[in-house]
Amino acid sequence: MEFITIIILALFVNNVVLAQFLGICPFLGVSNKVGTALGMGAAVIFVMALANLVTYMIFNFILAPLGIDFMRTITFIFVIASLVQIVEIILKKTAPALYQALGIYLPLITTNCAVLGIALLAITKNYNLLESVVYASATAVGFTIALILLAGIREQLELVQMPKGMKGVPIALIVAGILALAFMGFAGLA
Amino acid sequence: MGNFKHFTNGIFKENPLFVLVLGTCPALAVTTSVTNGLGMGIAATFVLVCSNIFISLLKNFIPDKVRIAAFIVVIASFVTIVDLVMQAFTPDLYKALGVFIPLIVVNCIILGRAEAFAQKNSPFASILDGFGMGLGFTLALCVMAAIRELLGNGSILDIKLVSENAKTILIFILPPGAFITFGYLIALMNLVKRKFNI
Repeated sequence: MEFITIIILALFVNNVVLAQFLGICPFLGVSNKVGTALGMGAAVIFVMALANLVTYMIFNFILAPLGIDFMRTITFIFVIASLVQIVEIILKKTAPALYQALGIYLPLITTNCAVLGIALLAITKNYNLLESVVYASATAVGFTIALILLAGIREQLELVQMPKGMKGVPIALIVAGILALAFMGFAGLA
Repeated sequence: MGNFKHFTNGIFKENPLFVLVLGTCPALAVTTSVTNGLGMGIAATFVLVCSNIFISLLKNFIPDKVRIAAFIVVIASFVTIVDLVMQAFTPDLYKALGVFIPLIVVNCIILGRAEAFAQKNSPFASILDGFGMGLGFTLALCVMAAIRELLGNGSILDIKLVSENAKTILIFILPPGAFITFGYLIALMNLVKRKFNI
């Protein structure tokens, strides 16, 4: 039961992009086409779940026992950056097809603040290992949903006439605002 | 005079938020009030200036291949300092900004300036560049926060400007208001830049 609450909260009520403002850069950057949005979403789900697994273990087995939990920002960012590198190398060797599909999106994830943000938030929420991984995966799926929704709308916007100044980022932000408004309707679920 | 250009560049012409569209996550999240926006701007400026100085001083010692990792370590160290200092001296602001203080590490402005400016220029020019970019970011945050706080809460810097029982447009301090305000501000900036050919 608790897992369902975590998943619904992370997917809709506290949607990572539309309610918590994490990962806005890729949200605006790769939301031009539904295809690229899907690729980015898949890469984020994969890395975010893995990153939370690793950062949870590092925090609880190394940083907390040693009493140096103020080092978490510096350790986590380093772990995430190396993790992305390792995943890239392993995928290239063992699953070339998957690597082809995710390849170009993987390096971009290091700068995705949602990965670091969620790892830090999971620590402050006192989740256990399994809850932490479920939370991360659900959050990443929520990210993907928002990304695909925006990409779908932006594909249609290409065909619409609008003032020159509004083209590109400004109109994407206003569409995101309307999406956020719609997602506020889910607040009643909590 | 040449050096002074590094300073003014970041304020309007290459404003990190409205023109380069970098550092968007904190901009949307913390601009619910001018106090929060100002706090975030100052914290980011401090990290930006300090990391610019360090990276500029160390530029001859950092091997090219691991430079990004080295930059991140420098930036993360200063962010940890800011995090601890704010926790100790401004606990209210620390609570309001929450996870976005440690997230200054992944603020693209700071890594971007390290990569594009500090590793190629002298420490003095890097300080000016850091201050200029930081000031541009802070000003942009304050403008956005002022609009949102005024419309959403009827106040600026926590001073009430409308009568107590006047209705305000609450949506502007909620997430949708952040996206919509930001969208219109970038559009306005595009318009101004084209009108005056800057």
